[in-house]
Amino acid sequence: MNDTAAMVDRRGFFQTLGAGLLVLYLAPAALAQESGGGRRRGGSAPSDVNAWLHVAADGSITVYTGKVEVGQNIRTSLTQAVAEELRVPAAAISMVMADTQLTPYDMGTFGSQTTPQMAARLHRAAAAARIALLDLAAAHFQVEAATLTVADGKISKSSTDSISFGELSGGQKLVKTMDDSTPITPAAAWKIAGSSLPKVNGRDLVTGRHRYSPDLKLPGMLHGRVLRPPAYQAALVSADTSPAAALPGVKVVQDRDFVGVAAPDALTASHALDAIRAQWTTKPQPSSADLFDYIKKNADPAPGRGGHSQGSIADGLAAAAHKFQQTYTIAYIAHVPLEPRAAVAQWQDGKLCVWTGTQRPFGVRDDLAQALGLSPDKVRVIVPDTGSGYGGKHTGEAALEAARLARAAGQPVKVVWTRQDEFTWAYFRPAGVIEISSGVRADGVITAWEFHNYLSGPSGLGAPYDIVNQTCAFHAAASPLKTGSYRGLAATANHFARESHMDELAHAVAMDPLAFRLKNLSHQRLRAVLEAAARAFSWGQKPIPGHGFGLACGTEKGSYVATCAEVAADVASGSIKVLRAVTAFDCGAVVNPNHLKNQLEGSIVMGLGGALFEAIEFADGKIGNPRLSEYRVPRFADAPKIEIVLVDRPDLPSAGAGETGIVAIAPAIGNAIFHATGQRLRAMPMAPDGLKA
Amino acid sequence: MSTVRELRVNGRPSVVAADAERSLLSVLRDDLDLTGTKFGCGEGQCGACTVLLDGVPTRSCVTTVGSVGQREIATIESLAADGALHPLQEAFLKCDAMQCAYCASGMIMSACALLRKNRHPSEGEIIRHMNGNICRCGTYGRIIAAIQEAAQTASPEKL
Repeated sequence: MNDTAAMVDRRGFFQTLGAGLLVLYLAPAALAQESGGGRRRGGSAPSDVNAWLHVAADGSITVYTGKVEVGQNIRTSLTQAVAEELRVPAAAISMVMADTQLTPYDMGTFGSQTTPQMAARLHRAAAAARIALLDLAAAHFQVEAATLTVADGKISKSSTDSISFGELSGGQKLVKTMDDSTPITPAAAWKIAGSSLPKVNGRDLVTGRHRYSPDLKLPGMLHGRVLRPPAYQAALVSADTSPAAALPGVKVVQDRDFVGVAAPDALTASHALDAIRAQWTTKPQPSSADLFDYIKKNADPAPGRGGHSQGSIADGLAAAAHKFQQTYTIAYIAHVPLEPRAAVAQWQDGKLCVWTGTQRPFGVRDDLAQALGLSPDKVRVIVPDTGSGYGGKHTGEAALEAARLARAAGQPVKVVWTRQDEFTWAYFRPAGVIEISSGVRADGVITAWEFHNYLSGPSGLGAPYDIVNQTCAFHAAASPLKTGSYRGLAATANHFARESHMDELAHAVAMDPLAFRLKNLSHQRLRAVLEAAARAFSWGQKPIPGHGFGLACGTEKGSYVATCAEVAADVASGSIKVLRAVTAFDCGAVVNPNHLKNQLEGSIVMGLGGALFEAIEFADGKIGNPRLSEYRVPRFADAPKIEIVLVDRPDLPSAGAGETGIVAIAPAIGNAIFHATGQRLRAMPMAPDGLKA
Repeated sequence: MSTVRELRVNGRPSVVAADAERSLLSVLRDDLDLTGTKFGCGEGQCGACTVLLDGVPTRSCVTTVGSVGQREIATIESLAADGALHPLQEAFLKCDAMQCAYCASGMIMSACALLRKNRHPSEGEIIRHMNGNICRCGTYGRIIAAIQEAAQTASPEKL
């Protein structure tokens, strides 16, 4: 055993895994800072390790990653990365994901980073393992490694003489380190990566056998519920919990404003909660009716992060034949993951273990440790593959609630949020106000572009067009509601405003919206998707009466998207239906074409909700529509016919693709509504109560 | 307060001791450990909790266990009980008709009820029948394709 192996052995890896070949990722110092390698607190993995895999003596391959599966199909795509480099069937690989005790630190599953960062690392880990196994095989056969072939979990000297991975590593404790210089297979040569491998755990999903967090059950487990304030910023004056405590089997926990119950079954827990008599003080708060005035009045006039400025807006406007000033608004919307926040917490010997659906297992571990006064190595967070997130599960509220109740009850406790809890006590995609001033010459060249986003965020703030005089600024503002991440962040709002405005400019100079964009656009990848979408949609044809066509494009997180939409709009009845959407997408080398198409289709459907009807209503700190009967999400009848065109670029690194597909659908729909009706809708959602006459 | 002592679940009698006002969903999941049926909204709006009662798709989250009586309850666990996947399960896999799959059990049970009464539904009939089931990941087009696939390929006795 070499020094590294001895170090690793002391850390207990081989104790857990058994003998075999272990591959460690040694992070460069800068990356360690960013990815948390240097900020790790607790856990069992060495602090300089960012990803690893193990080839056991029986040949089984186990891959460890802190990433979380929430429906974006990374359990499959990361398996493909490893299978590709190790030249084994995907079925030979098991992925251990998002367990703070077993997997290396990871900052979280968000920002479309799994494919560009984690997949790249796992490619290198698996490639390093292959190289190490080849070296072992070369010694075994006493030939040059280059003369050997690797396939199906074994290394062959000839068609009759081969040795399996397990035999090569068996009985020894071998450690191989790799870094970003380990050579990996170029995408153009991929055989397993790049193919439409089906979901690796699909069978468990269609049979109902997979256990999501709310499905877990421990011996002696109680069902917990937490008393919710009647409004945001309400303060608890008093709570009489004695009627709840009198119910059979019910335990009541009160710790300042935290009041909760744990009971043998969920209905008893609900009855116990209802039995608590609580007094609260509340205070007046802004309402959705005056939201946009509130945002403007409470915004920082100075630009915040993410903006830029070049040229002179005044010069640009002076050169323009047409000048515009428009305001766009974006409502708060909710993620509505079908699996609500849920957690099961268990205390044993002063240590806490929590199973919960979160996109930040290590962050939630640290949050729990801090809130409960523990050191992080006393807390283990395990994330079962989760019933979606869309950026809405960065936090661990249910985990903390379950942990507090379980500690007080002395028994494991499960907390499953109600849908009203999820709509009220999670967080929202920020609302926003966007103001654009622009100027365009009669020949269609944009001469000035001034863009101000208030509150909703700086993602996708900058225009991808060739505009000499431009200022793009984000202004932080007070938010009446708690906000957080959401698929695509503010890129959806910024693209809605920008691409709707582009359409207005095109019509002002009587140019086709496609030709107008191309005239002001030199970015080749964006041009390519725009042209691909237009071609697949047969852009340029005339719609039948009552129908309209719209298009929009954009780029975010290293991916490029263009969407064309056809709507049927009837101003007399107010009805609006998106009939067809064509999206062309370029995210570099495509890892799994079918799963990528699925993500893009889902982005269109989800984006359609925010485009047309999703909006959170609120007043005085209360949500007005915290139920699925009151908050409309897209259903079967709302979904358009969708066509996806993938612009595969095996010559380029793979970017993430779970988010960017959402940014173009809202402006494409808005522009199609204008085309059909002449109505320019500048508020998202555009038609919560149908079109207005 | 009355207590339900027996339910007919997935072709077998099941002994329970459940307060009659509890939801069928809770009894299936918490007492019988049939967790394939999911909680999504608690008001019958999302369809994640769909089970069949005598073949009729029913929202188990708003159905009290006391109201079930002798009706035959079928959950997602009934479909591949012998290890062989139901044609709809096969079709959902083939069409990749899910992302997070939290809705999948309810989708499949709703679709199962449809195909048992209508062997070859039109697309419009599928949409109308399935419109009470939400897939927040937005895989509706694939679910429609999966139902059509199962309708075209499955022999009637397997549905």
